[in-house]
Amino acid sequence: MKRYIARRLMQGAILLCMVATIVFFLGRLTGNPVDLMLPEDATPEDRAALTQTLGLDGPILDQFAIFVGKAVHGDLGMSIRMKQPAVEAFFDRLPNTLSLIPWAILLGMMLGIPLGVVAALHRGSFLDRAAGTVAVLGIAMPSFWLGILLIFVFSVELGWLPSGRMGGPAHYVLPVFTLATFLVAGFMRITRSAMLEVMESEFVKLARIKGLSEAVVIWKHCLRNALIPVLTLWGVFVGNLITGAIVTETVFAWPGIGRLTYEAVIYRDFPLLQAVIILKSILILSINLGVDILYAYVDPRIRVT
Amino acid sequence: MAFTERPTSTDAVAPRLSLWRLVWPARVPGHFRRTARVPWIPIAIISVIVVMAVFAPLLAPYSPIDQTLRDKLLPPAWMAGGSDKYLLGTDAFGRDILSRLIYGARVSLMVALLALTAGGGVGLAIGIVAGYVGGAVDSVLMRLVDAAFTFPAILFALLLAVTMGQGLGTLVIAISLLLWASFARVIRGEVLSLRQRDFVALARVRGCSAPRIMLTHILPNVLNTFMVLVTLNIGVVIIAEATLSFLGAGIPPPTPTWGLMISEGRGRIADAWWVALIPGIAITLMVLSVNLFGDWLRDRLDPRLRQL
Repeated sequence: MKRYIARRLMQGAILLCMVATIVFFLGRLTGNPVDLMLPEDATPEDRAALTQTLGLDGPILDQFAIFVGKAVHGDLGMSIRMKQPAVEAFFDRLPNTLSLIPWAILLGMMLGIPLGVVAALHRGSFLDRAAGTVAVLGIAMPSFWLGILLIFVFSVELGWLPSGRMGGPAHYVLPVFTLATFLVAGFMRITRSAMLEVMESEFVKLARIKGLSEAVVIWKHCLRNALIPVLTLWGVFVGNLITGAIVTETVFAWPGIGRLTYEAVIYRDFPLLQAVIILKSILILSINLGVDILYAYVDPRIRVT
Repeated sequence: MAFTERPTSTDAVAPRLSLWRLVWPARVPGHFRRTARVPWIPIAIISVIVVMAVFAPLLAPYSPIDQTLRDKLLPPAWMAGGSDKYLLGTDAFGRDILSRLIYGARVSLMVALLALTAGGGVGLAIGIVAGYVGGAVDSVLMRLVDAAFTFPAILFALLLAVTMGQGLGTLVIAISLLLWASFARVIRGEVLSLRQRDFVALARVRGCSAPRIMLTHILPNVLNTFMVLVTLNIGVVIIAEATLSFLGAGIPPPTPTWGLMISEGRGRIADAWWVALIPGIAITLMVLSVNLFGDWLRDRLDPRLRQL
């Protein structure tokens, strides 16, 4: 188990180095990074000072060393627009996103998993096809458009819910629903196929032979085992959530890290974007590492492979 | 698996599969048609959009870019206050939404074509090499694939847009980054099983070099899978293109793209819903049709991929 964790940690570190390298070289790719790092009205003195601190008059490998050295100390540059360290801006906004995501995951699971179970139980029936249609439609609709559609229906036409910004519980409804659509289809399909597989297995037959009620067999014996594959695809879900947060927070003007990413793009705030990408990568890698360890704990077969 | 190597059916005259047979399955007397129904409605929708894209200059009633501020924010023709001149209404600059929609189809399809060629091609090559060569090459390449799956490609796409500037080239590179890994993974799996087959062993015995085997023996046999993957990913590309345009990292204005149209209409949702909602309907219809068509094609050509 220790070796497994150590290997995973190594892989994570290598990946993080790759991301940092790509970010660094993309920043240097297009001529002078000073143009990317400073606002357009920067004075020549500012430019000279930044050239000095980034070591831009030296060879590129020295520049890279300076970049890594600063990054390790949590210095990823000053945000052009917000006039504050980019890392600080990220951590200011992070709690707002974290207050949104658990609800979205919860809603995604509450919709996706029962739908998957029902679809598997009535395989090939009308219910199965209806659930499949929901999934197909959920994939075909661009989620940012869905968010706008929800705003139009529930805020503009019906006037029931606020259309954006943070606030009381009512402000959460539409963003959480939009973000959850990124997950529902995934949860549903995995649960369905895992359930179909589990329902064929011997221990389910035994449970039936023992005379357990159908409800206990399905919801306890089958579902518990069917949920293991859901755990494996956690990495995919985290990626979906990161993408989903950018889109959802943009549509609903939610001041989280997703919206921050969008702002970094439209204001061409390169230092901020660079910090956001590196910090998000760290976030993704730590979550994946945690889930991998948890998974190896739940299913000992994983540790060997 | 190539067409010719499919397990032949038990019918007396096993029909050769041709492209035509795909669209119009042969009916053997006394047998039920074995395949799923041909998805005519999705095919019709795709055809309409493709025709729109190809003949955009002939079909569009107005220029997609010229502004007529006098006619701004007119609702669609069927609504009160709508004008017969503009079937789907106009946007905040008085541009005809129908015309922009027609030209927008061009952008979507062009990006899909280029990104699938680039990203799919790279994935195909990596998948074949990883699967056939195996060993250290395989494990390094597959680590890269795993890494690509871990990171949301959208982050790199946004980074590219900021550092390299917005444009068709940046967009295609960004979306290719999103695609290659899934192609590589599936193709590699396919190649792993092909490698064990007798015809590959025979080619090796005859002294064919590895590149030659990969090109002339492996490649033709994974093309079916490749085609299915391409079809199933058209929808992914269209959504990705729209999302990046929406986030200000796509093809820059004033070129009309569906994602940009939604983005421009977003602020007007209270007084002019059609500006943002109509392009979204177009995207949903297109992606839905392509996905349904892809599902059917997969069931026809390579049912084993269904588990994906």
